[in-house]
Amino acid sequence: MNKVVEEYYDVVIVGAGHAGCEAALASARLGLNTIMFTVSVDSIALMPCNPNIGGSSKGHLVRELDALGGEMGKNIDKTFIQSRMLNTSKGPAVHSLRAQADKQDYTREMRRTLENTDHLTIRQAEVADIIVEEGKITGVKTFSGAVYHAEAVVLATGTYLKARCIYGDVSNYTGPNGLQAANHLSASLIANGIDLRRFKTGTPARVDRRSLDFSKMQEQKGDERIVPFSFSTDPESIQKDQVSCYLTYTNEETHRIIRENIDRSPLFSGAIEGTGPRYCPSIEDKVVKFPDKDRHQIFIEPEGLYTNEMYLSGMSSSLPEDVQFAMYRTLAGLENVKIVRNAYAIEYDCINANDVLASLEFKKISGLFSAGQFNGSSGYEEAAVQGFMAGVNAARKVKGLAPVVLDRSQAYIGVLIDDLVTKENQEPYRMMTSRAEYRLLLRQDNADLRLTAIGHDIGLVSDERYEYVMNKQRIINEEVERIRNVPVGASKETQELLAANGCTPLNTGTTLAELIRRPELDYEKIRPIDAGHKDLPEDIIEQINIELKYEGYIQRQQKQVDNFKRVECRKLPENLDYMEIKGLRLEARQKLNMFRPLSIGQASRISGVTPADVSVLLIYLSQNKI
Amino acid sequence: MFNRTETIAAISTAMNNSGIGIIRISGDDSFDIIRKIFRPGNSAKDIADVKSHTVHYGHIMDGDNPVDEVLILILKGPHTYTREDTVEIDCHGGIFVMNRILELVLKSGARCAEPGEFTRRAFINGRIDLSQAEAVIDVINAENDYALKSAVTQLRGSVSEKIREQRAVLLEQIAYIEAALDDPEHIDMDDYGSVLLPVIRKCSCCINDLLKTADDGRIIKEGIKTVILGRPNVGKSSFMNVLVGTDRAIVTDIAGTTRDTLEETVRIGDVTLNIIDTAGIRDTDNIIEKIGVDKAREYAGDADLIVWMIDSSAPFSLEDEEIAGIIAGKKVIILLNKQDLDQIIDEEYLKNRFVQLGHPEYCDIPVMRISAKNESGIDSFRETVSHMFYNKEINFNDQVYITNMRHKEAIAGAAESLKRASDSIEAGMPEDFYTIDLMDAYTYLGVVIGESIEDDLADEIFAKFCMGK
Repeated sequence: MNKVVEEYYDVVIVGAGHAGCEAALASARLGLNTIMFTVSVDSIALMPCNPNIGGSSKGHLVRELDALGGEMGKNIDKTFIQSRMLNTSKGPAVHSLRAQADKQDYTREMRRTLENTDHLTIRQAEVADIIVEEGKITGVKTFSGAVYHAEAVVLATGTYLKARCIYGDVSNYTGPNGLQAANHLSASLIANGIDLRRFKTGTPARVDRRSLDFSKMQEQKGDERIVPFSFSTDPESIQKDQVSCYLTYTNEETHRIIRENIDRSPLFSGAIEGTGPRYCPSIEDKVVKFPDKDRHQIFIEPEGLYTNEMYLSGMSSSLPEDVQFAMYRTLAGLENVKIVRNAYAIEYDCINANDVLASLEFKKISGLFSAGQFNGSSGYEEAAVQGFMAGVNAARKVKGLAPVVLDRSQAYIGVLIDDLVTKENQEPYRMMTSRAEYRLLLRQDNADLRLTAIGHDIGLVSDERYEYVMNKQRIINEEVERIRNVPVGASKETQELLAANGCTPLNTGTTLAELIRRPELDYEKIRPIDAGHKDLPEDIIEQINIELKYEGYIQRQQKQVDNFKRVECRKLPENLDYMEIKGLRLEARQKLNMFRPLSIGQASRISGVTPADVSVLLIYLSQNKI
Repeated sequence: MFNRTETIAAISTAMNNSGIGIIRISGDDSFDIIRKIFRPGNSAKDIADVKSHTVHYGHIMDGDNPVDEVLILILKGPHTYTREDTVEIDCHGGIFVMNRILELVLKSGARCAEPGEFTRRAFINGRIDLSQAEAVIDVINAENDYALKSAVTQLRGSVSEKIREQRAVLLEQIAYIEAALDDPEHIDMDDYGSVLLPVIRKCSCCINDLLKTADDGRIIKEGIKTVILGRPNVGKSSFMNVLVGTDRAIVTDIAGTTRDTLEETVRIGDVTLNIIDTAGIRDTDNIIEKIGVDKAREYAGDADLIVWMIDSSAPFSLEDEEIAGIIAGKKVIILLNKQDLDQIIDEEYLKNRFVQLGHPEYCDIPVMRISAKNESGIDSFRETVSHMFYNKEINFNDQVYITNMRHKEAIAGAAESLKRASDSIEAGMPEDFYTIDLMDAYTYLGVVIGESIEDDLADEIFAKFCMGK
């Protein structure tokens, strides 16, 4: 009999992308003996698509992850080459930080962090089987036959499962960037009763910087004052020279070429079976779907400081190579473009996330967790936060602790995971601010105030950091309270201050808070008439201004959240057999049995469960004193 | 939605009862709400200080105007049906008075109870024996099914059409703003407030019109389904005109489900008649002739009340015999019209004829002599209708009023949200704040037509706006 390698760990992480890295770090930092598998150690925390972190709503996710004790924010702060706060002319709830990364640097820094984390082993091997005994995960087996026993396993396979890259009629069974696909695990998952589906996404071409004429494009610089992602990064430490991005446009000629070759696109010929995302359409999709638009914006973004490769944001495609050449060359500044890597579409196996609980543990297999694109999401940030939650909950499972589940009123992370596990998603899921119904409260600027305590409870935020944030909250509360109660008369000094800021004068006495509410004024501007003014850090002043300026709206949402919490905290037992509950309509019984919601609130969000069904559930619970 | 401390209200007696009507309020704010709208007979009395389980006399006030003379019952939790603070308002019962009082209660901070909600609260708060759970569930499911059905089927076609139109307008605006917020580099939104403001104002106007319609009780097809049958030229149209004119009733010409059916709503005291107007087929003025006995039978079969109009100045016609064949088992009022001419048919004649036709039971049908031309005898018709209604001889499901109230609450909510949105735009608030108000308005309107939001927004964003990457 052949001898096989056999090792014992607490937690196995399958995959070393953005989900896998966060999962591995969370689990190992919680003291569990953790092993992370990757098909290539050189591809740890790879960014195979866009060269940036953050952006609308994704920036929120990174900040939340940071407050909880994740790594992504710190890693991008170390490796960014341009940074911008988007939407600054809009309300604070939709301000969003986005940074261009040096892709190689990003990978290298994350790898360095992982390699220097205690209790964490990195292993290059393809996991081919999961080992399940009596509905419980017990480990994994690699392609070479080695067995790794573990009490919990996190699947974070990204786009690698049975991956196929396609452009035109060229199709390769590889993962992103030509990396080796993972072709064996799918069969083992299916054999263990896990349903797989096929999703698709795509990426544009990378081109040689030297072949571009930037004088024909608009330059787009970074912000003058750089704001870090991580709450623990000192802003002063990251002010540096930044690189630029460039804006150009498609035109009628581009669109003509695409239209004339549309029948050669695998998307339109049916050669691609996977479901692609609507929010990130390929250029051929855009031209077909929006025929009235005579041009589309294309951003040219650097991939790093030590490479000439540039990313053509807005122009992903799976058209044949010759068409790609022709169409890219129609863009102003790209007349002589040299392609380094072709654009391609990628198809991969993933699960229907309705099969996992909000803790990201499989409903049918105890101890098996899943995260990231494998769950049907898209984006580095979406993957990272799921990886973190799955890693935390896998560790807690081993320790015998209840899982940590964030709800929709606590974090974008809660919205993301709730949507994934509760709603029927037909395409890779992307975070959007409009998906967060309480977004005025879930701002990127207050993620630390919202989530540091939870991260501290989990055990991934230091006492020092926790104390710092609690103190920050205390100062904000006290200062807001003080300002609310400082009366202001219509003195000459006040009227002059108002006039100087273009405000209407006061007719009657008011408070400092009321003055701050005026669009033209803020905490700093009223300083001359505020005897009790304190010199406070920027981030605290920001909170004071927001809290006072948008008080009406914020209070309204807070009230909605209170209502939401009442049903959300009404828990449903895990082993409830809904088929047995009389009075529930059949559809509701089936849906509830399938979804196994954790709370009344979650149950009410399942499509096909009516308010009357929820009433019946409430009655059932009280009847059985649950 | 299932916030158990929210205060709820509903009319809790059958609406067509002419006796006492009860409006019930339950929840934490019950006493605050009643204080706002109740003026005690003894002006020194403060309702906040009274003992539990006591009755108080006074008036329900709409500002300075008394709405009704009432008795109120103050019941402090937990010794109440729901175990919550409860107020019962005993008023004089008329449907319109009850509706007005309920409306005042809602305006003062309560919300419409959901189907079966009082019972559910009673159960969950331990008031109802656990063994009754199944019965409670049945009540909830029955009321809910009715509410779901009525929400859609009772809505007048033109109303749901208008709501759909406005929702589409709102959704497009929200999607544009949200797309721009999510993809600021690709979609421009500078100074969008000035583009949006006129759109919201227009939408507001439309919603406010709907709200007025709701005030008149016209957004749903409430009332007793009434069909007037009679041979050509018997005077149906004149009779309709008289009814409509003398009762200052609301007349709307809203196309129903079939092209040739027009309905008119006539209010007689507390009774609302939905009259299927044969004037809708004006060219022949004859339902029997034009669409045949089968169609007439279909209308008759559907009707709660049939008004059979006979020309008393002419012989009993062939059409009359056909009508006699299809009214069996229905509530009928016979009108002997054309009293202003020489008479051929009277009550005695009819009775003999009914016996001959093999329908001796028709002899009990109330018969009234009228002259539509001289507008005489109309009062006795109205009295007869009221009488039949109060004696529960004719009936309709009073849940429609509750549906109407829910609709109205939702439309009012939409109007308020739109107001908030335009206020915010004028105050220079950022876009992401007022899309929340627009979304609220959109959701409220969805309640009226029985549609939830689900993934409308994401779908609209992806369908209409070209997102980046």
